[in-house]
Amino acid sequence: MKKMNKYENNRVGYLMGLPYIIFFLLFVAYPLIFSFILVFHKWDIIGPMNFVGFVNFSHLLHDSLFWKSLGNTLIFLAIHIPLQIIIALVIANILNQKIVARGFFRAAFFLPVVISGVVVTMIWQQLYSQETGLFNMLLSKISLPKIPWLISTKLAMPSIAIMATWKNVGLYIVLFLAGLQNVPVSLYEAADLDGATGVQKFLHITIPMINPTIIMVLILSTLGGFSLFIEPYVMTGGGPMNSTLSCVLYIYKQAFYFNHMGYAATLGFAVAFIIMIVVIIQRRLFETEIYT
Amino acid sequence: MKKVLFYIVLSLVALSFIYPFIWMVSATLRPESELSNLSPISRNFSTSNYRSVLEKIPIGRAFLNSLFVSCSITLSVLVFASMIGYALARLKFIGRELIFMVILFTMMIPFQITLIPLYVLMVKFGWTDTYQALIVPGMISAFGILLFTQYFKAFPQSIIDAARMDGCSDLGILFRIVWPNSIPALVTVGIITFMNTWNDILWPLVVIRKQSIMTMPQMVTLFAVGGQAPQVGVQLASATMLAAPIVIVYSIFQRYFIASMARTGLKG
Repeated sequence: MKKMNKYENNRVGYLMGLPYIIFFLLFVAYPLIFSFILVFHKWDIIGPMNFVGFVNFSHLLHDSLFWKSLGNTLIFLAIHIPLQIIIALVIANILNQKIVARGFFRAAFFLPVVISGVVVTMIWQQLYSQETGLFNMLLSKISLPKIPWLISTKLAMPSIAIMATWKNVGLYIVLFLAGLQNVPVSLYEAADLDGATGVQKFLHITIPMINPTIIMVLILSTLGGFSLFIEPYVMTGGGPMNSTLSCVLYIYKQAFYFNHMGYAATLGFAVAFIIMIVVIIQRRLFETEIYT
Repeated sequence: MKKVLFYIVLSLVALSFIYPFIWMVSATLRPESELSNLSPISRNFSTSNYRSVLEKIPIGRAFLNSLFVSCSITLSVLVFASMIGYALARLKFIGRELIFMVILFTMMIPFQITLIPLYVLMVKFGWTDTYQALIVPGMISAFGILLFTQYFKAFPQSIIDAARMDGCSDLGILFRIVWPNSIPALVTVGIITFMNTWNDILWPLVVIRKQSIMTMPQMVTLFAVGGQAPQVGVQLASATMLAAPIVIVYSIFQRYFIASMARTGLKG
């Protein structure tokens, strides 16, 4: 690079970077700054903006629906994340061995990942249906009581969490598979010499070695959980009794059902802030150094 | 014996990831009364559910809208993100590090924070109910830039120098020399961008209300929640039509889909 004329290079760099700079100013910087202004205003998008100071924030602190939506999201994460990580790890471990038709199995688990969330939700809505749903039909066939999957306020969110796990687990299987392939075989060979069992090897070699992948999966599924929208929107509309109202669904309702733009922006701010805190806590708790 | 059992269990688990889609397709091809049947086979084959969808909503138009929007965004991301990636990886200019930091920062901003102000911006531009609203905010992606930057850093300098000797401009170098040698990066960014755009629902729901501009997933969503189709079979028929294009593309390029996602770990 030294050989080149520095001056000319500079200009071309700016020219090629220009589209991004314009894009960034318009669609990232401006919305960020504007959302910061919006949170101090009451605005229905049609009339003039009214400055209200910190009213939106104090409203948020006393808004039981916001805390409800946050609690719902945490319930979702508490079920979704452990389930996701355990299932993905187990299946990835199986697929990492020499088995027949590995590619086929991998493609099968991955199928729901590429299909639109609406399609998956519409199918599961039928599977969960109280009278005609497949799950309850199977339960009654083996003479067990029917489960009110989407009708009970206690079960509706866990049901959505199970569906989301089914939809996304393929992605995490593939991520774990990539992680597993980076674990040096020599570590397992050394463990074999010491007479370690399979479970021991898994707990003391595999898990610590793929810690970066586990952290990535943890953070990706946390972000996914806080973005939950289409599943409750289609399946339950946030019901029964707001038990599946997710953060994004609540922002959407505040903005586009009630035209509370200032308040919706405040909610967005709060959710982004909470996501940051949750991710920082997760990293503190689970990130470990790898010794190789 | 143990091995046979292992494969049976694994196949059953794998089947549980495919079967719901097979059930969906079969449910759309038979009368409502047979919906709760476990087996996908029925004597009363009928395509009336599909005809009903075509009568009730302009789903063909929505398919073309989705195709247009997704292709435009994918093409734009490939061109612009690779251009900036090339500049960041290969050119020296003051402020390069700053731009790189800005891109990293952009990736960390949750969309929840920009959703409302971005919608307001679209209203101010008068872009609601237009293709611009669907396309323009997605024309460059930070993730694409980062991936291209990483990839282009490994490109041999000697080839770039040789092209420059021959009087090739930087844009010429990028599109005529670097591009043909960066197929994996182009495929990865292309597939992920296309899939995310094709499956996105929230943004179209926010900016589009006019039926003639709606994207396919948006239209199917509104069809399902809007109560336009009381029969489950008709709803599922619209869902099948939405899933079909992606399933077809996936079954052909399955390997590339999985490799792309594994490489990045990013999904919308």
